[in-house]
Amino acid sequence: MIRAEHVSKTFKVARRNAGFGNAVKALFHKEYTDIHALDDVSFDISGGEIVGYIGPNGAGKSSTIKILSGILVPDSGTCTVNGRTPWKERKEHVKHIGVVFGQRSQLWWDVPVGDSFELLKEIYRIDGAQYRKNVSELTDLLGLGDLLLTPARSLSLGQRMRCEIAASLLHDPDILFLDEPTIGLDAVSKLAVRSFIKTRNKERHTTVILTTHDMNDIEALAQRIILIGKGRILMDTSFAGFMKRADDAFRQNRTCGAEGEDNRLELLTASLYAEFGI
Amino acid sequence: MKNRSDPRTCRSAGGLSQYVCFFRIRFTASLQYRASALAGIVTQFAWGGMLILLFRAFYESSPAAFPMPFSALVSYFWLQQSFLTLLAPWAYNTQIMDSVQDGTVAYELCRPADLYAMWFTRNVADRCAKVCLRGLPILIAACVIPEPYSFAPPPGVQNLLLFAASAALGSLAVVAVNMLVFISAFYTTSTQGMRLLFNTTAEFLCGGIIPLPFMPAGVRTVLAFLPLGSVENTPFLIYTGYYQSTAAVQGLCVQAAWILVLIAAGRAWLARSLRRVVVLGG
Amino acid sequence: MNLYWKYLVISLKGRMQYKASFLFTTLAQLLMSLSSFLVVYFMFLRFRTVRGYSFSEVLLCFSMSLLSFSFAECFARGFDRFSTFIADGTFDRMLVRPRNLIFQVTASTMEFSRAGRFIQAVPVLVYALYAGGVRCTPGRVCALVLMFAGGSALFAGMFIVYAGLCFYTLEGLEFINVFTDGAREFGEYPLDIYGKRLLMFCTFIIPYALVQYYPFLYVTGRSGRVWYGCLPLAGICFLLPCLLFWRTGLRHYVSTGS
Repeated sequence: MIRAEHVSKTFKVARRNAGFGNAVKALFHKEYTDIHALDDVSFDISGGEIVGYIGPNGAGKSSTIKILSGILVPDSGTCTVNGRTPWKERKEHVKHIGVVFGQRSQLWWDVPVGDSFELLKEIYRIDGAQYRKNVSELTDLLGLGDLLLTPARSLSLGQRMRCEIAASLLHDPDILFLDEPTIGLDAVSKLAVRSFIKTRNKERHTTVILTTHDMNDIEALAQRIILIGKGRILMDTSFAGFMKRADDAFRQNRTCGAEGEDNRLELLTASLYAEFGI
Repeated sequence: MKNRSDPRTCRSAGGLSQYVCFFRIRFTASLQYRASALAGIVTQFAWGGMLILLFRAFYESSPAAFPMPFSALVSYFWLQQSFLTLLAPWAYNTQIMDSVQDGTVAYELCRPADLYAMWFTRNVADRCAKVCLRGLPILIAACVIPEPYSFAPPPGVQNLLLFAASAALGSLAVVAVNMLVFISAFYTTSTQGMRLLFNTTAEFLCGGIIPLPFMPAGVRTVLAFLPLGSVENTPFLIYTGYYQSTAAVQGLCVQAAWILVLIAAGRAWLARSLRRVVVLGG
Repeated sequence: MNLYWKYLVISLKGRMQYKASFLFTTLAQLLMSLSSFLVVYFMFLRFRTVRGYSFSEVLLCFSMSLLSFSFAECFARGFDRFSTFIADGTFDRMLVRPRNLIFQVTASTMEFSRAGRFIQAVPVLVYALYAGGVRCTPGRVCALVLMFAGGSALFAGMFIVYAGLCFYTLEGLEFINVFTDGAREFGEYPLDIYGKRLLMFCTFIIPYALVQYYPFLYVTGRSGRVWYGCLPLAGICFLLPCLLFWRTGLRHYVSTGS
């Protein structure tokens, strides 16, 4: 369903150094550095999978998501989602995906959430009956209730995130990209979001690509893990395989930090990153 | 270790050194955005040029009706464009208003510093730093254009000195007015409307669209005594010699008087607003 | 279009949440038009004519400029705010929606307060025609309509160019101001008062003169050439290179990322 083959992407970033002298120099001559965001990335994801896409900051996760969404064009390599190239057939491709960016909202800020949903209905040309069915279903499953009458700006982060997820599913997409969906959420909201995603995947076979730093999210949801570091795919296994590998890495490098029950996953992951040198 | 580019490090300094601190930071930051500075210079240069062409058309239609020599008006416009970032009422940094809106002003309130003085200093330093980068190139370029469109020296040294004093007072006056706009942010949930209203009104009142001497006598007299009228109008007219000795000194006095009144009003209003904020909490 | 209407409603609802701000904005728009008008009025109080043009003739240019600009602003204001859309990721969100991008940008920011300026300009136009003794033949009315359409298209085009530039850089774009706000301000007067060279520039490079000066000559009867009244159509064609530029910028944006 999602296939990426030898995808590469390099960015040029202007370098700005601090200090007065450097600022004057910058007036006349700008320096650029090359950042290899993605280097020969390939993977194959089938329909109905929940994939945890992890890696340290700057590893290339957002670039991959942008390419899969059709927002970014890679320098080389091919990518198809359901037979379509995302950036070439933007409108058609985008009809079948839902994207949730953790920090940026897709809801209109000053109006009730319900109004945002109505507008999305028009944008995605969702049939009236189907829309009403989806809204009532999502409201039940995510516990939205009165939230539909509240403006987005008045919602707490947990409430807003649940509305965001609902908004991204109104048009019944086959694929859901979740970028840091539980960041900043309280425990109750996190559990609600996780259980919802799991149910959705089971009942509708929605493919879910999850990028997150929260390893508990990964543990709860991901059946498969793709680890990316410095632009390269370092690991592409099942969750069990990932845990075993991380366990081995932890045993070999015990210097990572004090072990406790609640940061065990973080420790394991950190050891793995250390082993890969990322 | 102190982060030298963070404006908050200026808080510990006082008075003049605080001013220098803010100035240095803003100046360095502006240097980074060379494209922005260049674009600003080009824009203002073009705008000044168009204004001159416009008034030239009126001048050639009836020179007698012109309240001042054409060359004086040309200098006026070049000064207006170069000193835009220093004296234009609408050229303020919205940082302070934004911080009141989103609550980050709470950080500043926790410090035992004179908030009014700090904001005031920051704004003055801000404007001065920007005018150094943008204003001077425009003035220099305007000197080399062929006559009669070029920037001319003032009729006398005393004009230049009085101009300098007036420009300094003008910058203080405009910041004092801006402070009132900033303080209004405590009272609304969205500052957009207030800002637009202020920018529009101020532009007209300060002679930003047409210089005050071109307005009918009654309107002109009233506007010249209002605080905004003395901000741009007075220094530029002193420079070009339209305001000679007594009129010039009178203009300076009006500026000084308004500065005192506006600062006093601003300080009182800010104190009241802060009390209100603390009482309401959150 | 139904979707457009929905965007409008949601935008209005959002704005009305901030009642004081809404009021101020509307008031400010009123004052903006008023102060522009007063400026022209004061100048004519003092000078009587400029290069042979009377007050009513200048008012014709003034009202057309205001009409076209406020109309263009109503719809193309989204392009004016484009740098914010790029900076905060709103445009990326637009890329992920299955609708035409230009449509989304125009629909995103609709400013009703501009409608106020539009409405204020109409009586000024009527007065200008009446006081100027302009005989409103069908040809002249057509020319006026074309002036309005052409002017709006031109301003919209400049907004689109600005947005296109935002794809390349967010710094240093304020010079576009000269072509948008500047064109509006200085377009309040017949373009030939600024001199021959500027007129040439506005005829062949950015066709302001085609939507203002030449049809204006025809409408006021200073020129008998009927085809002058048709020139705004050429001005409307200016939108094409603007849109092309926007598309080029878009391609650049998606290949270099944000």
